[in-house]
Amino acid sequence: MTSVETEFDANTRRRAQVRQSLTRRNRAETRFRLLGLGSVLAAMAFVAVLFGNILSNGLPAFWQYNLQTEVYFDPDVINVPAPPVQEAGQSDADYQAASLAWQRRLAMVNWNRLITASIAQAMQGVDVEIDDRSALSIVDTGTRFVLRDMVLANPDLIGQTRDVSMLLSADGDNWSKGKLSRDLPDARQQLTRPARDAIDALTATGAIHPAFAWHIFTNVDSRSSPASAGLAGAFVGSLYMMLVVILLSVPIGVSSAIYLEEFAPKNRITDLIEVNINNLAAVPSIVFGLLGAAVFINIFHLPLSAPLVGGLVLTLMTLPTIIIATRSSLRAVPPSLRQAALGIGASRMQMVFHHVLPVTFPGILTASILGVAQALGETAPLLLIGMNAFVANIPATPLEQSAALPVQIYLWQGNENRNFFEERTFAAIIVLLALMILLNALAIWLRSRLERKA
Amino acid sequence: MTSVLIAALVLAMMAFAYRQGYSRSRVLAGQSRLHSRPQYHGALLALWAVVPFLLILALWGLTSGQAQEWYLASLMPSDIAAGSDYASAAARLRNIASGFGVAGDMADWERTAGESLGRFNTILKLSAVALGALLGIAGLVMARARLSARLRARNHVEAAIKALLIFCSIVAILTTLGIVISLVTETVRFFTYVSPIDFFFGTVWNPGYSTTSNEASGSYGMLPLLLGTVMISGIAMLVALPIGLMSAIWLTQYAKPRVRNMIKPVIEVLAGIPTIVYGFFALVTVGPALSGLGDVIGLSINATSALTAGIVMGIMIIPFISSLSDDIIRQVPRTMRDGSLGLGATKSETIRMVIVPAALPGIVGAILLAVSRAIGETMIVVLAAGNAPILRFNPAEPTSTFTVTIVTALTGDADFASPQSLVAFALGLTLFVITLMLNIGALVIVRKYREQYE
Amino acid sequence: MNATSEPRPMATSHRIVPSAPASAGERASRISARDVTVHYGPKQAIFDVSIDVPERSVTAFIGPSGCGKSTFLRCFNRMNDTIEGCRVGGTITIDGEDIYDPSLDVVELRARVGMVFQKPNPFPKSIYDNIAYGPRIHGLVKSKAETDALVESSLKKAGLWKEVSDRLDAPGTGLSGGQQQRLCIARTIATGPEVILMDEPCSALDPIATAIVEDLIHELKEQYTIIIVTHSMQQAARVSQKTAFFHLGKLIEYGDTEQIFVNPRDKQTEAYITGRIG
Repeated sequence: MTSVETEFDANTRRRAQVRQSLTRRNRAETRFRLLGLGSVLAAMAFVAVLFGNILSNGLPAFWQYNLQTEVYFDPDVINVPAPPVQEAGQSDADYQAASLAWQRRLAMVNWNRLITASIAQAMQGVDVEIDDRSALSIVDTGTRFVLRDMVLANPDLIGQTRDVSMLLSADGDNWSKGKLSRDLPDARQQLTRPARDAIDALTATGAIHPAFAWHIFTNVDSRSSPASAGLAGAFVGSLYMMLVVILLSVPIGVSSAIYLEEFAPKNRITDLIEVNINNLAAVPSIVFGLLGAAVFINIFHLPLSAPLVGGLVLTLMTLPTIIIATRSSLRAVPPSLRQAALGIGASRMQMVFHHVLPVTFPGILTASILGVAQALGETAPLLLIGMNAFVANIPATPLEQSAALPVQIYLWQGNENRNFFEERTFAAIIVLLALMILLNALAIWLRSRLERKA
Repeated sequence: MTSVLIAALVLAMMAFAYRQGYSRSRVLAGQSRLHSRPQYHGALLALWAVVPFLLILALWGLTSGQAQEWYLASLMPSDIAAGSDYASAAARLRNIASGFGVAGDMADWERTAGESLGRFNTILKLSAVALGALLGIAGLVMARARLSARLRARNHVEAAIKALLIFCSIVAILTTLGIVISLVTETVRFFTYVSPIDFFFGTVWNPGYSTTSNEASGSYGMLPLLLGTVMISGIAMLVALPIGLMSAIWLTQYAKPRVRNMIKPVIEVLAGIPTIVYGFFALVTVGPALSGLGDVIGLSINATSALTAGIVMGIMIIPFISSLSDDIIRQVPRTMRDGSLGLGATKSETIRMVIVPAALPGIVGAILLAVSRAIGETMIVVLAAGNAPILRFNPAEPTSTFTVTIVTALTGDADFASPQSLVAFALGLTLFVITLMLNIGALVIVRKYREQYE
Repeated sequence: MNATSEPRPMATSHRIVPSAPASAGERASRISARDVTVHYGPKQAIFDVSIDVPERSVTAFIGPSGCGKSTFLRCFNRMNDTIEGCRVGGTITIDGEDIYDPSLDVVELRARVGMVFQKPNPFPKSIYDNIAYGPRIHGLVKSKAETDALVESSLKKAGLWKEVSDRLDAPGTGLSGGQQQRLCIARTIATGPEVILMDEPCSALDPIATAIVEDLIHELKEQYTIIIVTHSMQQAARVSQKTAFFHLGKLIEYGDTEQIFVNPRDKQTEAYITGRIG
């Protein structure tokens, strides 16, 4: 009797104790839960801030101010003979020399006189006195090459008048976009007072207006005319590198994964290879850059700054990722499929190539695209093989000097004209991210498509 | 004979050999049962025909440049061959030989020499192609004679494919070997200038950049760099670990599957963004913001500092920690969770006292991997850490790391063989060894953890 | 997640303390379920089950696998709450208290209604900490001495004390399967439950360990109300006083164990017991 009663009392006591602890414990529960939710929200906020920051800073760079005006290709200024024609019997080398001589004559022309003349023309009816130097500082310094190239492409232009859209100089663009304070004294302004007044006046008449800056995609990098600097060279350089990476890392990576997963005996050597590949995947990318500098550049004397070398370095870096991803998709193939194939008398090789690989194809494809996308954004190893060099042309072959998209970002962020190039760097980042997002979207789309079929 | 033509020849030969093997085996099949299907006989013959051909062509590709060089030297008058104009003279001869010609007049000796060089090149190429084709045909004939119904053609072909697969798996090993050998040899070279003790235990980093001599001038003590690296990685982990771990906990334990599937990819976007983008974000946005915050609360925070780089690196590592922990937490058996809930523990008590302790080894492994990644990270620190290799413990001041110094050393103007450049490899080796140990440690721990719950 | 429960009069205060039970068959019903339904998403797993479970005895739920007996068991301590998309309907009361009352804290319920699982699931902690875990989180122990005493008494009740008293610091996962399961029972006892739910507690054990656990259950029923789910009819016959037979989510027959096994009223029960459905 007493024992039952004490037991009942004990139960009551315990229930009271548990109930007493509940408030504290439930508060701790809520706190913990909010902490988790807060962390998730913080991480999402970082994504939002990062993208918001990039987009808000970078998108304006895709619109630049232009001066729309008429240019008279004055024959008095462009004082050159007719372009040479290859005569019968003239060697290729001789003809090339003659054309080059003609082009040199064309390059010697003082194109700036055409520009000042046309700005003066545009300023008619505007009450601003402007000297030639100030006038030239309004438009991009590359404008003279634009005019030259127009004549080069069509020598008949000489003596005619054409409507030309001239890009505003970096300073002029900054002024138009309001990025330069209008309150600063003259001494601290990048542009002279007449130049500033002229821009304001021409904006009022509509001659100066913003337009989509296509040249960001079509021009190469330039130091002398920053306003017209573009990503074309870097884009082609990156493209070559990605081609090298795809052509080398995918076949080598997939073959290696097939061997290790399907054929390799399980012994200490293959165990070593396995550990080695896992480690290689976690080796810092800059170490691959050191490998490239020491082996490809210093021992094999491959050219500095060449997409081929960059591609080779990135291939070695991407290889472990592709091997690991391919192996895991091979491992995911159910054993029943293998047994079925072997059971009907297929050799191991036939089983792998006829039955296992087709099933894993979507996985391998996705892994390859993701690996390539990752390589596309890699910067550090490229700096060590000389890709930080300033290159102002589109490489014709993967062996020529070239820039690359991420390296272009690195170079632009270091440009002295921070006011102009900060925005431009963000624009380059947008282009790079857009390409990566495109690749990822492609991977997702292909996988869902292929898996639906399978 | 252009390369296209040669490629066509090789392909034609392959097709012919395949056809031969295929039809011959069909004939054999009429007499008795074939061991392998006709396709394999065809493929075997194609291999026998094409592989020797390609080997010869590769040999020619590798040696023809050198052969041409020797021949060139013998063609020139001895005074030019030994003189300083050798390179330009050689270039002229090559242009003549290729039929492109040179601008201006050719000397008589140039004309004859150029023509004989042209002939030499043609003969060399033709003989290489002829020899290759001959060997290919010989291989074809020999292999064809051995064709029989009982020939294990499939096994031969599969052995060849397997050899190719093995070769591909060796590439990863070769990469590791290449990294180790190149880092070690260059480091040894560096230690001929600077004593290892000064390097590993020196507290002053101040390499003298003398352009006149290759002697080591200045100090190469890596401790300031080690401190900067540790400090930045530490700050990064302080940011990433709580946010990443709590996010993983919230996503696995609290979030509804639908919410989880929406949020997880958003957080993982952070992992796909190239580090150069983070670096620029740190430099342009986070740094000034921190410095402004410092002004408000009365602390002097430099815009480029260990703090800036560390915080942004932490953001980068969040998805790394969260997705690794996510996997690991999900491996904790559900029964363990139920056991705790069944005793009346709240969710957070279960997580803190049962799930996290159970997952601890795996989480430690994930942390080691994250630290290894933070230490090897380059672009964020290059842009945002300020590159000030000074031994000081204030995270609000600029600092430097291994990776920053590697980039500075190899992108400067110093000669590759100078200690100023070679030190990059000594630093790279140190970095490699540290990350290797962290990675192996992490692999061992995670592997043990997985086995525990399998 | 858990609503903080309001202080309210305890149902137990009205309870009449039973002196000696009148007879084995006439024990008061502690647990009473009425028209309980369970849905997993759109799929219904339990159909209108009503049952009264007597206290201080062993009640066995038997039936072919997938019949819903485990699902039903998990309703008594609301473990089904942890499963996404699971809905429970009807009422279940313990001592007249509705355990699905929104004002009731599930933590409090689970402290009263302990559970032992199919697979032994000791925490990755020492034997001592495994036992002390429940009392500590519920604030039942204040001092080291109290904890020591509780650990010892729980292990003794579970019949494990002699085997492990010299290695309380060893990890619980290092014990044998049968010992692990008894450790889990001791862990449940330590929080001082009134009801213990056992979900096929012996299915992962060998016959000898099973016999030990069955003996333990036999002893525990003197103090606890025990509901056991088992796939083994012999086990139900050996350990239980009452048996409920489930089939396809419905309670087919419920009665004294002896009656169910010797003289089943329902044809389906008979078919199951004689091995024709299983």
